[in-house]
Amino acid sequence: MSLTLASIEITATYPLTLAALLFTIGAVGLLTRRNVLVMFMCVELMLNAVNLTFVSFANQLNDIRGQVIVFFVLAVAAAEVAVGLGIIVAIFRRRRGATADDLDLLRDPVMDEARQ
Amino acid sequence: MEAFIFFVFAALTLAGAFGVVLARNPVHAALSLVVTLVSVAVLFIQQDAHLLAAVQVVVYAGAIVVLFLFVIMLLGVDHPDTLHDPLKAQRLAAVVLGLVLLAEVLFLTGHHWATGAKAPASDAIRGGTPGLGNNVERIARSLFTDFLWPFEITAALLVLAVIGAVVLARRSRNADEAMVEDAS
Repeated sequence: MSLTLASIEITATYPLTLAALLFTIGAVGLLTRRNVLVMFMCVELMLNAVNLTFVSFANQLNDIRGQVIVFFVLAVAAAEVAVGLGIIVAIFRRRRGATADDLDLLRDPVMDEARQ
Repeated sequence: MEAFIFFVFAALTLAGAFGVVLARNPVHAALSLVVTLVSVAVLFIQQDAHLLAAVQVVVYAGAIVVLFLFVIMLLGVDHPDTLHDPLKAQRLAAVVLGLVLLAEVLFLTGHHWATGAKAPASDAIRGGTPGLGNNVERIARSLFTDFLWPFEITAALLVLAVIGAVVLARRSRNADEAMVEDAS
């Protein structure tokens, strides 16, 4: 086992394949899960797969700029999480449902009840 | 040894990812996300991205996942999720689309299309122009010269995100009362 492992040289193809798998898992999770918080975590998985791709290509091409781009992806991910979780908190405050299927109305049911 | 570390942490990455997708409890999903993020940080170290590995742990595992857990606790949604899906065909379609996506990306990965122009010696990760310093110094040099304008825009983006999050999450009593009064 150790002999076969030692003979494997880790080229850029291995982390790129791993990133492809990670991205696919995140995408399928985003499409299948109904809890908005878990859907959000799947988006983070996809962002991490892209970061891994950037770092792999930076390593392969010996170019530090690939790593600098990951910095911006991290900053955008942090901003996205802050705003996204703010939206989720705002939705939860209005209605008790947590699933994406409940959020099929553009109008506000609280306002409808107040009208009646 | 390099291959051993890669395969161990690649397996941990995938295990954490499956945990996020398959866990019924959102708290378990968030903890599985930490496993994935830390494993990806180890893979970053293996590929000479030392600073990014540290930032990955601090920002993702330290800040973003804590924010997730905080919202889960705040909203009290840590009860198990029902896996009942009103759209039966959607799950099958999602898996099929995921496999198509995977095949597509693997097809692209298997071709040597990303071997483009060589980077200038001043932007090298290893070697390059003498006196570039370590990984942190090299990233700082690139970030504060070539990428200075995007960096400044990132600062503006973060301020906007903070303002947006505060506005969205704030309970505005006046606005609620005004809406109810308008409706009645």
